[in-house]
Amino acid sequence: MPDMRAPAPPSTIAATPVLAVSDLRTQFFTDSGVVRAVDGVSFTVGSGETLGIVGESGSGKSVTAQSLMRLLEEPARIVSGSILFQGRDVLAMSHAELRKLRGAGMAMVFQDPMTSLNPVLRIARQVVETMVAHGSFGEKEATERGVKLLGRMGITTPKRAINSYPHQFSGGMRQRVALAMGMSNEPALLIADEPTTALDVTIQAQILELLRELNRDFGTAIVLISHDLGVIAGLCSRVLVMYAGEIVEEGPAEAILSHPKHPYSWALVNAVPRLDREPVAGKKLTAIEGAPPDPLSVTRGCRFAPRCPFRIERCAEHPELLEIGIARKSRCWVTQAGVGLDTPAPAPSPLRDRAKPPQTLSREQRDQEIDPSPLLEVKGLVKHFALPKRGFLEPYRHVHAVDGVDLTVKRGETVGLVGESGCGKSTLARLILRIHRPDAGSILFEGNEIAQAAPAAIRPLRRRLQMVFQDPYASLNSRMTVAQILEEPLRFHGLATTSTECRERIAELLETVRLDPKSGARYPHEFSGGQRQRISIARALAVKPNFIVADEPISALDVNIQAQILNLLLGLQEELGLTYLFIAHDLSVVRHISDRVVVLYLGKVAEVAPAKDLFAAPLHPYTRYLISALPIPDASIERRRERLRLAGEPPSAVDPPSGCRFRTRCPLAERICAEIPPPLIEHGQGHFAACHFPGKF
Amino acid sequence: MTAFDQASAALATFTPVRSKGQRWRRRYGIATLGATIILAWLLIALACPYLTSYSPDAVDVSLRLRPPSAMHWLGTDELGRDVLTRLLYGSRISLVTGFAVVILGAAFGTLVGGIAAFMRGRGEELIMRLTDLVLCFPPIILALAIAAALGIGTMNTIIAMLVVWWPKFARLAHSLVLVQRSQEYVEAAVVIGLKPMRILARHIIPNAVGPLIVLVTLDLGNAIITFAGLSFLGLGVVPPTPEWGSMVAEGRELVEQWWVAAFPGFAILSVVLGFNFLGDGVRDWLDPKARQR
Repeated sequence: MPDMRAPAPPSTIAATPVLAVSDLRTQFFTDSGVVRAVDGVSFTVGSGETLGIVGESGSGKSVTAQSLMRLLEEPARIVSGSILFQGRDVLAMSHAELRKLRGAGMAMVFQDPMTSLNPVLRIARQVVETMVAHGSFGEKEATERGVKLLGRMGITTPKRAINSYPHQFSGGMRQRVALAMGMSNEPALLIADEPTTALDVTIQAQILELLRELNRDFGTAIVLISHDLGVIAGLCSRVLVMYAGEIVEEGPAEAILSHPKHPYSWALVNAVPRLDREPVAGKKLTAIEGAPPDPLSVTRGCRFAPRCPFRIERCAEHPELLEIGIARKSRCWVTQAGVGLDTPAPAPSPLRDRAKPPQTLSREQRDQEIDPSPLLEVKGLVKHFALPKRGFLEPYRHVHAVDGVDLTVKRGETVGLVGESGCGKSTLARLILRIHRPDAGSILFEGNEIAQAAPAAIRPLRRRLQMVFQDPYASLNSRMTVAQILEEPLRFHGLATTSTECRERIAELLETVRLDPKSGARYPHEFSGGQRQRISIARALAVKPNFIVADEPISALDVNIQAQILNLLLGLQEELGLTYLFIAHDLSVVRHISDRVVVLYLGKVAEVAPAKDLFAAPLHPYTRYLISALPIPDASIERRRERLRLAGEPPSAVDPPSGCRFRTRCPLAERICAEIPPPLIEHGQGHFAACHFPGKF
Repeated sequence: MTAFDQASAALATFTPVRSKGQRWRRRYGIATLGATIILAWLLIALACPYLTSYSPDAVDVSLRLRPPSAMHWLGTDELGRDVLTRLLYGSRISLVTGFAVVILGAAFGTLVGGIAAFMRGRGEELIMRLTDLVLCFPPIILALAIAAALGIGTMNTIIAMLVVWWPKFARLAHSLVLVQRSQEYVEAAVVIGLKPMRILARHIIPNAVGPLIVLVTLDLGNAIITFAGLSFLGLGVVPPTPEWGSMVAEGRELVEQWWVAAFPGFAILSVVLGFNFLGDGVRDWLDPKARQR
């Protein structure tokens, strides 16, 4: 679309960077003290450049982005520094000038496409408003342009879309609308704050591709903020790593991702399991211990020193961000002295250096371990949820959440369950745990049929069958202390009767999940997300189960904490002989932890295979797309990768397609796919796929 | 100057880190005022025979409609009764009826709403539609009709008010329990194997009870004003009984003798304000997010 391309910038502007930030300090003046969210950050963004900012939550990356547009409100204040946008000082601008700048010069796309659009206004109103408000277009022209923009953003029927309301769109579509609004005045700089975090991998790949195109076709500079190194790797040419309000490393994406020069970047790079290579030290991930520093306290030395495996004496002094190579800067005494981080000191294994907890495997459980029959056998499981009726006489419509799923879990193995949101993976977990009652099918757990059993009949079995939940904030009762939370299952199942017994067992459980045994008297809100997830695991372990269903246990956590929790789960499996059904949407994590993987699509199993085989030679086209959509945190690989693009969105589970569920998005689909649902057939050793043309893609 | 020193210098110019006491006063100052008012009225209700030497029913026609004086601080009414004495005794009726209506109404409503949300299905539908049915009528008019049918009297008025009072609690409890039901910690309790009643009592109710307590506190003033309103209209208490609403009614045509109606009016105002201040404070206190800040 050549008419929408920005005119080539005059050479004078090209020389000055689009954005030059120097020594920016943003602080929150809260009642309990000053939080130094951004503490002396300097960087530049050249015209047409793509800059990535990475860091865990609380590192100050979002506050930096908000400071750039001066979107912060009390108690946050920009206390010092300067922000020059195309040579003009943003901090000295009046409100009228700022309004002109926002949207026209600099635009921002937020993380949550569900809340960043106004739900009561039509898309047209919102898109047109941005253009008309800046006086660049009249109402009518703006509408025409809006339709064009939506089309450019990959919305298939833009004429109809522009007259819809935001709720009629899925998350990915809304993010496209948000991008259309952001791009409507052809800004010189687009700030994207975690734009794909709330989206599924296949949709994430689509949005990232779109951002790449916008950067290429319009010459828009992009600042991409993300916690995901893979996302950064594919899009950004330069990367800033932030920790505790400071930039700790700066450099080209390739270089940072392959040879990080700050221990924190090193930890970030190594904490994530990767699709393209085997983990170095067995299954243990490199996780740095501890948590980021308290933002209220001010440390004199290096802020990362307390967690750093490379710490030296000099780290008690605060290091400066210094040049250590061509276009590379690092805030670390160690690498500034020329020492590399490539041969890491072995990360302290939390499991090895502590005494094994006392005998946790009962004789009975040991005996069962030899038993070759599967621990869990699910056959033809179905669950439909009724939707509210549209009218009094209308028939009920149903969401086909789980629609005939077969699943076997053997003793001692880890089965990974993957799929996009809405594929029924969480419902499946809740059916196996009998939180919901299935509509049809059978669930055999240790030879007991529990699909339709009465709650009272299942109660004794619950001792062996436990669950770890996704949201560490919602899964613990905030009105109970940790000790009370752990005591409940112990008392209920008669595993501890006296209060001394309880206290001992609770201390033991807390130690098993590497928490302070004395923390029982505290309430959940006093713990961080990762610690709360440990409490949740301790609660599941309290009854000494042999099977744990983990429903996305790490997806709400930062990468480093993810690695800690994954290591903990792996260690516990080794120690206690647990069997896991591990649900996740992150394929690299699933590949890392699982022996076998089950891929779900719209309530049906698409493919089942041993983890290695599935990733080496996927048979179902959907699996291939999923693997291809996952970004790899290595810029050179990521750039060279040939990308398969899965178009469109999953169809509605209310009215699933006939025959093969995937046929509406499948490039191989033929007539047979619409007529006969493909059965799940074994094609190789333990490798099943439900496809009429397996491996043809 | 290092970056650290610069930052320290920037901090030195700013010291609004409030002390614990200051923060407490800023948040709960008004609630403390409310609590003080309510506490004062409760003490008055308990101790009123010792606070005045007059009897609330002692008629002395020779002293009728005297303005406030050293003898009668708030003057006398049409029958020569001491307004202050009647005001003090009147607090008993107001507070008792207020608490009775709200606590009984809240208990019944919460139970009904909670059970409805917990059992789902047809029972829920039936209970909630019944609630809607009661809510269809204007509450004062419905209470008036019921009280009139039952006859004048404190007990009958309380019953009439209860009939119109419980549905709002049922609705609130219903939605609160529904929200908590689908939380993961409740699912975790199911996975442990706990029985439904235990889950309801130990997990759901403690997490749902906060907004109910706030509504109860805010509603006490509302109940007192409604009861006074019914008394003003001639229902509620049997005539000689001292009650603020009926006292206002007695003085409503006495424009010259403003003290007869004005002081009971102020009494109602102070109690209602007191409960509202207290309710706001309770709401802040029960909101963990507001408390952490």
